[in-house]
Amino acid sequence: MSINRILAIAKKEFKHLFRDFRMLSILLLFPVFLLIVFGYAVNFDVRNIKLAVYDQNNTELSREFYNSLISSDYFQISHFIKSDSEVKVVLDEKIAQCILIVPKDFSQKFYSKENVKVQFLTDGVDGNTATIIQNYVNAATASFNSQKTNHILEQKGVKSYIPFDFQPIFWFNKDLLTTRFLIPGLIAMILVIVAVVSVSLSLVREKERGTIEQINVSPIKILELLLGKTFPYIVVALSNAIFILIVGYLLFDVEVKGNLFLLAFTTIIFLFTSTSIGIFISTISDSQQIAFTISTMVSLLPSVILSGFIFPIESMPTLIQILTNITPAKFFIKILRAIILRGVGIEAIWDQIIYLLLFAGILLMFASKIYLKKENI
Amino acid sequence: MKIILNIIKKEFSQFKRDPKMFGIVLIAPVVQLLFLGYAATMDVNNVHILFLDQDKTETSRNFIERFESSGFFSIDYYAENYDELTEQINKANVLVGFVIPKDFSKNINKNVTVKLQAIFDGSDGNTASIAAGYITKIISEYSQNIVMDYREKKGLKVLPVGQISTEVRTWYNPYLKTRYFMVPAIVGLLLSIITLILTSLAVVKEKEIGTLEQIIVTPIKPFQLIIGKLVPFIILGFISVILVITMMNILFGIPVRGSIIFLLFASFFYILSTLGLGLFVSTISKTQQQAMMIAIFGIMMPMVYLSGFAFPLENMPQILQYVSYLIPLRYFITIIRGVVLKGIGFTDLWQETTILFLMGILILLFSSLRFRKKLD
Repeated sequence: MSINRILAIAKKEFKHLFRDFRMLSILLLFPVFLLIVFGYAVNFDVRNIKLAVYDQNNTELSREFYNSLISSDYFQISHFIKSDSEVKVVLDEKIAQCILIVPKDFSQKFYSKENVKVQFLTDGVDGNTATIIQNYVNAATASFNSQKTNHILEQKGVKSYIPFDFQPIFWFNKDLLTTRFLIPGLIAMILVIVAVVSVSLSLVREKERGTIEQINVSPIKILELLLGKTFPYIVVALSNAIFILIVGYLLFDVEVKGNLFLLAFTTIIFLFTSTSIGIFISTISDSQQIAFTISTMVSLLPSVILSGFIFPIESMPTLIQILTNITPAKFFIKILRAIILRGVGIEAIWDQIIYLLLFAGILLMFASKIYLKKENI
Repeated sequence: MKIILNIIKKEFSQFKRDPKMFGIVLIAPVVQLLFLGYAATMDVNNVHILFLDQDKTETSRNFIERFESSGFFSIDYYAENYDELTEQINKANVLVGFVIPKDFSKNINKNVTVKLQAIFDGSDGNTASIAAGYITKIISEYSQNIVMDYREKKGLKVLPVGQISTEVRTWYNPYLKTRYFMVPAIVGLLLSIITLILTSLAVVKEKEIGTLEQIIVTPIKPFQLIIGKLVPFIILGFISVILVITMMNILFGIPVRGSIIFLLFASFFYILSTLGLGLFVSTISKTQQQAMMIAIFGIMMPMVYLSGFAFPLENMPQILQYVSYLIPLRYFITIIRGVVLKGIGFTDLWQETTILFLMGILILLFSSLRFRKKLD
């Protein structure tokens, strides 16, 4: 292996990149653009849910009840329903996401010591938001009940008794902001796009144009070619990662709590793994269109869906949970979250690092086998 | 007309010659559907929890038992001290560490308020807050039992007022599965990938190889070329829509409640705009690599984020909500969710349908004009 030859190829590839100014600026600017859109757009925090109230009782008690619900910023009353027929329209046309129906005999039953049911109709299409609404409504009703009961009991001279004082403490992300959780995942995703997709495309392009045959007859060895070709993309990807961290810090307050060197080190390892996927894909595809489709299918999509980036892996069916291991992004995201959010050191993540290295080794082995076989034909 | 047919024929024989590509285009939607359908769930139903039980009495064990039987938790560890709890949370082995204090059962018997502490790994804010909701519910049910006993002791069997209970009914998606929310929207996503990205790649490929110039010197008119290039992708798009709708029903038991014909019409309107965008991308890029990056980073991703596909639009800042009105996928997803899940039709969705149609025509027209200009 000759360093000179690797450098020569890397230089050539850099020239390609710089000459194609449009491509370079796309590669450097779009990830930041994506982060900004993403950071502001993606938000699972449930706030200001539009609530429509259908108050058939219309008494002081019923008003007190729904006002206690909107005292938090979960709900805002967007509409008062006047008739039965309106109920369906309100949900169908998304005038409100949630309807509270207070029955006619609400206060009468309440004061005559009978239990009453109020109905909540929620638009369940977005199951996640609906679950949160459900949790909140149950808790709010329970606290309204105990407040009212205790208040009256106290007037009668019975001391109120609350058995538990529950204090949830949220570590690492006090305000439970979704952005903070998602930005590390976004870094992984963008690196996958740059490393896997562009590497495979740039290698296949040489095939498509036939220049790879010219390289084959030159004294350049396969390993030198690969190292030289992927080097510029690794540089681009690393600068992407740095950009994202800076923008994430400036705009979204995402601070790296752990060691920056450890972060850089693990990022390089992940890039090594991703480029080996890119190389592998380039050996099995003959055109850029195919390379693109395969890399979306086997790397981009899994790293969005199966990596735990957005959807928690624990909630998936067992079979899919096993399948999640095919995406190295899963392990890198674990590492990123550990370093960026929790600030832990190498002792908590060494197993993930080993996995990433193994993954890369196996893929490179297959890729070189396939490549050599083709060359001999 | 004949010329257009010939171009279409040529495109199809290109497909045929490249069976890998054709196979991928057909298999891809099914694989994506499987992935998204099974994996894309935000339901929180398996919270890993650790208990630090400092009380170790029957009462505390009973209390822990309530977590187990709720079905939402899996109790993975019992810690002996705070260090162990911290370590497991740092390693992300558990989401919650729950501390039961020493005097738990003693204080309950004495009717003194017990402080309960739960430490959450808050990194995933959404999961953490849902899990906190489950815990609150378990605690409040348990405390209700205790309060009843307490009142009985005080001779207050009957409460002075009735109790309000809530009956939460969810429409359209009674089991609150994220799957119902995601899967129909995948149709929109797939259509975008096939029609937008593949179109732009197909056109740019001719540019890159130089065959586009050969076409320009033939008597083929630009609009004939455009139509001929686009029709195969429209057909591919429709095949994948039908494929996905069928699979949706077979695999996930999600039938189309509304009119399929209306859905296909809406898909066609949507395809108009994605084809237009694909064509537009091809006019501004010289190589396939560029086209793909612009299509993914510049159009697909923002479209996915801002369409309400996975992330609720209501939670976004006002400005982004306005921007989302410019995104065709937004209207298409509203339509497809409406038709598939709610069974509503054109009467309720005429606004979205009209906007989608107009957008499609406008985008396609604009891009075609630009494409023609580039050819000249």
